[in-house]
Amino acid sequence: MTPKKRRRLFFAIALVAAGVVLAAGIIYQLGQNTQYFRSPSDVAAKMIQPGVAFRLGGLVQDKSVQHGDGAQVRFIVTDGKGSVPVSYDGVLPALFREGQGVVTLGALNETGTFVASEVLAKHDEKYMPPEVVDALKRSGRWNEGAGQ
Amino acid sequence: MTGELGQLALCFALALSLVMAAGGLLGARDNALTARRIAHGATMGMLVFVVLAFGVLTYGFVVSDFSIAAVASNSHTLKPLIYKISGVWGNHEGSMLLWVLVLSFYAALVAGLNRGGDHLTSAALGVQGLLAAAFLLFILFTSNPFLRLDPAPFEGAGLNPLLQDFGLAVHPPMLYAGYVGLSASFSYAAAALIVGGAAQSDSWARAARPFMLLAWIALTCGIALGSWWAYYELGWGGFWFWDPVENASLMPWLVATALLHSALATEKSGAFRTWSLLLAIAGFSMSLIGTFLVRSGVLSSVHAFASDPTRGFFIMVLIFCAIGGALALFAWRAPTLKGGEAFEPVSRETTLLLNNVFLVAACAAVFVGTLYPLTLDAITGEKISVGPPYYAATFAPIFFALLLLVPLGPRLGWRRGNLKDAMRTLYPALGLALVAAALVLLVASPRFLTGTCAFAVAGWLIGASAIDLFKRKGARASAFAAALAHAGLGVTLMGVAGTTLWRSEALTVMGPGETMTVGPYTLRFDGVTAEQGPNYRASRAHIALMDGANVKTMMTPEQRIYPAEGQDTSDTAIHTTGFTDLYLALGDDRGGGRWTLRAYVSPLAPFIWLGALVMAAGGLLSLWGRLRLRSAVPSAAVQPAE
Repeated sequence: MTPKKRRRLFFAIALVAAGVVLAAGIIYQLGQNTQYFRSPSDVAAKMIQPGVAFRLGGLVQDKSVQHGDGAQVRFIVTDGKGSVPVSYDGVLPALFREGQGVVTLGALNETGTFVASEVLAKHDEKYMPPEVVDALKRSGRWNEGAGQ
Repeated sequence: MTGELGQLALCFALALSLVMAAGGLLGARDNALTARRIAHGATMGMLVFVVLAFGVLTYGFVVSDFSIAAVASNSHTLKPLIYKISGVWGNHEGSMLLWVLVLSFYAALVAGLNRGGDHLTSAALGVQGLLAAAFLLFILFTSNPFLRLDPAPFEGAGLNPLLQDFGLAVHPPMLYAGYVGLSASFSYAAAALIVGGAAQSDSWARAARPFMLLAWIALTCGIALGSWWAYYELGWGGFWFWDPVENASLMPWLVATALLHSALATEKSGAFRTWSLLLAIAGFSMSLIGTFLVRSGVLSSVHAFASDPTRGFFIMVLIFCAIGGALALFAWRAPTLKGGEAFEPVSRETTLLLNNVFLVAACAAVFVGTLYPLTLDAITGEKISVGPPYYAATFAPIFFALLLLVPLGPRLGWRRGNLKDAMRTLYPALGLALVAAALVLLVASPRFLTGTCAFAVAGWLIGASAIDLFKRKGARASAFAAALAHAGLGVTLMGVAGTTLWRSEALTVMGPGETMTVGPYTLRFDGVTAEQGPNYRASRAHIALMDGANVKTMMTPEQRIYPAEGQDTSDTAIHTTGFTDLYLALGDDRGGGRWTLRAYVSPLAPFIWLGALVMAAGGLLSLWGRLRLRSAVPSAAVQPAE
């Protein structure tokens, strides 16, 4: 083997090794950092453990929004079949309304309340988070004509 | 009548793009001078007709001609003029027309900069013609911006208020100039493969360089504008959310940056010959995939205009043909290309190789994070999202490693470098890095290891660049340009580290006369007034930034309601010292004159965008140096052997 060839082989091995390390790192981190989307009826059906972070989406139940001290707010997210109480300490997005779609990020606590760290509402009247649309379709609450 | 004129212009443009493709590809043969001349003429002609079509559509938006469907569903008579104009590309049809307009401009630039008309340019024009034809077909068959409404409505539906903003008026054209600019290097790479031969395999890199630079500058500015908009408009105080739409613009930037560096090696020493060709193809592929992700409605966001499946299908076929065709060409021709000359393990080539490895790895991490949720949804129907921690754990360390190496590259010679000599010139930069780290440890609290490292690396980058800018007298423009761009990286890094690690936040409900403190600032709430804008109503909070007992300045964050569109937006108020931003967003009405207010103090936030500007300035300087070199040596250096 000439020195030039040996060097090339070394480069090739180094590159492959780097690629393997990268792929392993990416796959491991993906496993660590994915958050599942759950509808309120999923929460009831799948027995999600307290403390496991996920995204909860559905409609904000009518007349369920209660403001507490400071920026504390509590409301109920529903998909018609199930509902989950949510507590959140922060500013609600401008488009947060009762009866409309919402996606929240957080985890259940011991009493079954979803403690949200982030609340996302849709960008405009016409837009509904696709996950919410899907969840509503599954629970039979989605009306294609009226929603779009 | 005007709408039909636009339609007709698009048809003519399509015909000319086909002429351009045929003429250009035929002109790639020896002595096919007539075909080349025809391709040049067709390129200019196409530009004229596309500009005409775009002008017609813009006119329709400006005079609110609601008989045109695109105008009726995206405009409103009460909108300010600037947003009527930006509304042209604030919808699917118009944005595709803008895409073709930019493509035509680049084609005309390719033709204009190479008036002699060689094999390579001719073939590049041919490929550019094919791309233009494909997109014009897409517009005419699936997204016609000149579609009529009969009867015409009296009033338009308005434009998404989030898009009614100066930053977002400029952001799409800028980003498109970057996305589509990569089509020029794609066309040149394809042309080099079509023409074949050793001479072309290096000269394409030289010929395509101005377009790579232009595309890179535009992408840098476009991404910075987008992130700046997200910062002041969305009201969360963040500048980057690892949203798939943002990632779609970051991926072409990463590949374009890699391409800029590897093509340099190809041009200077013939290294990475095949790799550069592949990167040029990959760069534009990322642009196409980005466009597909963003525009097809696969991702839901303000950017998703098209939810029509035929459009998504058409774009997918187009992507498949473009990428597949180019890769097939590559597989056929690349084995005939000679490998470059050998280089030592310590050489500039090695640093450029590492640069490419890190950039491509970073791009791969972003790519997987962006597409994994989509793939999983398509296969299992399980909805997941990949959060910022994933990117913090993958993208950040890869990019960090890259930044450590940056100052070394320009100091090592081609083929063989001397590490000791290189390090000797870098001692002052090393000193600056230590000083920066020590300062951060002394001044900032709480202390973060990552933050300390970030400032050390920033000092290392800026110090090395400063040495280049002041010490190396008589160096060429390209060396200064590289130093400037690398310094910009350091500046942005400081901004990113400062805002993500040391941001303080306060959230309170306040009634009139009450005060709050956030970081070193004291704020007094003076109540909320109702205001009337041209096409919105606003609740405007009046907040006094106090300096002891005196009012230093008044800040007025707003909540806006756009009745035409039925939407609310929040308009933040930002007070900046140039080093620190005080950022206020008004929350909801709690009754009795009490409102929630969110306040952030973001140290060094302006540096994020300042650094991007410095990077872009480096790109511009490099481009200027190139074009001056080009005009100084008109034939020998620029045109490959005929």
